[in-house]
Amino acid sequence: MNIFDRMMSLDRRWVFLLLAVVCVITFVWGFSVPITISDEVEAIYNRFDALQEGDMIYMSVDYDPNALAELHPSTYAIAEMCFRKKVKVIFGTLSNLGQGMVHQAITDITDSVKQDATYNGVFYEGREIQNGIDFVFLGYKPYPAMVIQAMGLDFRVPFPTDYYGTPIDSIPIMQGVKNFDQCELVLDLAAGNVAEMWITYGHGNYGVPLCLAVTGVMGADLYPYLGSGQIFGLAAGLLGAAQIEKLADNPGRAMDGMRIQLFAHIVIILFIVMGNIGFLATRKRHKL
Amino acid sequence: MKLKTLIVLMIMLLMSYVPAMAQGDPDVINPEDTTVAEVITPAPATNLSASDTPNDHGHSIDLSWDLSVDDGAGMNNVIGYMVYRATSMDGPFESRSGLLLKTTDYIDAGAINEYENGYMPDHTDYYYKIRALTADTAVYSDSEIFGPIQSYGQWFNWERLAVLLMVAGFLFLTVFFINKAKKGADLFVRRLAGIEAVDEAIGRATEMGKPILYVLGLGTAADIATIASYTILGRVAKKVAEYQTGLIVPCYDPIVMTVAQETVKTAYLDAGRPDAYNEDMVYFVTNQQFAYVAGVNGVMLRERPATNLYMGKFYAESLILAETGTVAGSIQISGTDEISQIPFFVVACDYALIGEELYAASAYLGKEPLLLGSLKAQDYAKAGVIFLAIIGFLSLMFGYDGITDFFHVR
Amino acid sequence: MKRQFPLALVFIFGFAMIIQYFIPHQHSEWVNAFFMDWMMIIGIFALALGIWSLTRVSWDKVKHKRENWQYAIVTLAGLFLMIFFGFDYFRHFSTAVGSDNYMYVHFYQYIVIPIQATMFSLLAFFIASAAYRAFRARSLLATLLLIAALVIMLRFNPLLGPLQPVMEKFSVWLLNVPNLAAKRAIVIGVGLGMVATALKVILGIERAYLGKD
Repeated sequence: MNIFDRMMSLDRRWVFLLLAVVCVITFVWGFSVPITISDEVEAIYNRFDALQEGDMIYMSVDYDPNALAELHPSTYAIAEMCFRKKVKVIFGTLSNLGQGMVHQAITDITDSVKQDATYNGVFYEGREIQNGIDFVFLGYKPYPAMVIQAMGLDFRVPFPTDYYGTPIDSIPIMQGVKNFDQCELVLDLAAGNVAEMWITYGHGNYGVPLCLAVTGVMGADLYPYLGSGQIFGLAAGLLGAAQIEKLADNPGRAMDGMRIQLFAHIVIILFIVMGNIGFLATRKRHKL
Repeated sequence: MKLKTLIVLMIMLLMSYVPAMAQGDPDVINPEDTTVAEVITPAPATNLSASDTPNDHGHSIDLSWDLSVDDGAGMNNVIGYMVYRATSMDGPFESRSGLLLKTTDYIDAGAINEYENGYMPDHTDYYYKIRALTADTAVYSDSEIFGPIQSYGQWFNWERLAVLLMVAGFLFLTVFFINKAKKGADLFVRRLAGIEAVDEAIGRATEMGKPILYVLGLGTAADIATIASYTILGRVAKKVAEYQTGLIVPCYDPIVMTVAQETVKTAYLDAGRPDAYNEDMVYFVTNQQFAYVAGVNGVMLRERPATNLYMGKFYAESLILAETGTVAGSIQISGTDEISQIPFFVVACDYALIGEELYAASAYLGKEPLLLGSLKAQDYAKAGVIFLAIIGFLSLMFGYDGITDFFHVR
Repeated sequence: MKRQFPLALVFIFGFAMIIQYFIPHQHSEWVNAFFMDWMMIIGIFALALGIWSLTRVSWDKVKHKRENWQYAIVTLAGLFLMIFFGFDYFRHFSTAVGSDNYMYVHFYQYIVIPIQATMFSLLAFFIASAAYRAFRARSLLATLLLIAALVIMLRFNPLLGPLQPVMEKFSVWLLNVPNLAAKRAIVIGVGLGMVATALKVILGIERAYLGKD
């Protein structure tokens, strides 16, 4: 077996090992990489940046722990941005394990917002975030398509109480809030086909301005909706989350993860190139 | 595909790239400035009209009006509108909307059932007015009241007429080709390498004395991909029973498990080997995605099946399953209608059925006239869709959107 | 009769739901909501069947000490512990009801979340090995696939320098033109296949799910 044969038929465990080593080194070695901002992510940030104090948005956290790495950073960056700007947030989830994700995010973000911070040159004084006043978490109900359609009529139809059992009508933030008409926009963070349900039923039926943050593999499928105007912004994968963090001037796990992803891609490409060199050289040798 | 055809296709695709390259950046969305005007009573909205929302359940009314002359012009002190409704001309009027900015229409919809919040009775007289608001909540003007108007449900959704015609057409084609097949017509279907490999794969498992792993996917019993998978499972199980090979079917959904058990049991009965059937061949693992994958991977690495069949609905776990199967040294045949997972199966499996080929598999395996007839109907329906797409494209090119509007389903 | 009755049910309810799609009236929506509720109820009963199946298979492995029977103990322990804490029996550790139970939350946060995230992270390594094995320039089409994959992976890579904007524009074209065209073609085929299969089930042509008398 010559070198070209070895290049072509390397044991996959060498691939795993080198990828793991590169990931660990780039994780430990804390350098940053430039993040290029794409138009579709900038559209999301600009819309959130334009929100005023007292505006209301709906954030649907529709992912399980397995998509945590890709989507949690977006949830944190955007929710913190909203809380700092005193924008009111209605949290909901259409994934049965998403409740834990929202609970964890709210706990961490409310702690973070207690500290003073400066983002993009604007100083924000630390403050206490209160359930029922700054946000409400509606909880989870099954059958996403039906829940979205019901919320378009009235949030109280699928959610007579919030996640903690408080009647919606007694929650201060929900006074005068009936449905999506009172929300400036809807942000769906999804790891499954719920994103397309929001497009069909949320935007299609009620015309609510919709933006999506999805896992990387779903991004390619959703670009057509961006082109047709059914969504105004799309953040796909860890890269999308990193772009949001950069725009919000709130570096977090996504920006940290980008250097790892960048070098992991380079390693994969090197292996592909190596495999092709071996393949082409071996094929040439057989022809000769 | 011939090289010349491919080159022509590449040139056509690249020509579409040129305008794409010339595109500038899309506009960044900016908030509109709202000028706060003096607090003077504005002119009201005009020409308010209301009608029952067509093609709906009967608890919704469409409203439309013209903007106030002081909205963005004139005194420029109108910041938005609110819709008010009453059940009598004299009121009391209640607000039915939030603040509507630069809007000239609104759908006043309510819940269908009396016990629900926001219930809006049908066959009830409603009266509407539009309030033009200013920055000072005490200063506003109301439009003329419009009413009475009633909402009522329709018994046919005319916006879905195109769907009804397509379904009727498809049904006609299915019946036609099934009758043709029953009369003994020879219906040609092209080779599907993945399906033809199933027999070979079962033979391989028998020779090696190793079991076959059949994964029905993460769909529910109502998913079409899972239903198609049952048929393939039935055929595979019958062959497995005949060859006395092992079969392992770990299930994600409990209902799928019960149906799969029945399918496999029937297959063993048909093969004349009811004694060989063991209910534990088909078992429930969990209905959590990655926990299920972990369980199936464990089965692959412990049992080392000779053949893995992945037929059904798969999501992010598809590559983990396929790669672990490769590590275990199994021959792998997959079929799914999940578009985002097809590339992973194509890359990692020996054979892959793409999209509708999974649904066609049942016709392939049995070669029964009924199934072949419906497969031909599917092909002709696809030809019809292509024809309609070309007609729609040409009509749009010449500025006529009637055809595309007719097929636009709401 | 054992097959005729379910076939009749499938035919009646299948056509009822097709007709329901075209009738927007509230009575029709009531029918839809009624069936959706029953689907949920049947699903929950079926879950009990699934739990029974899993418990029986795992217990059988432990009882007869089959190969790797220890994993079956872990399976059973996980299943019953979560049920136990979910019913909030461990009162002196609990601070709230049901899914806010202290132990339930801790099991979720410190076992379920890390395990699920770990399984998902396997994808990164498997993609690397699958890409290395599959992306070979064996033919013209395979080469095009290889180039497309490289372009999409590199589109936001800052190391490309001045080439990066070109790569980004080309990747946007790739996603919006050939990718979209292929996706729509598959979607049309899948849609028609779904209609055909559904009609076959409703008309009783496809009967594999029924079993035998």
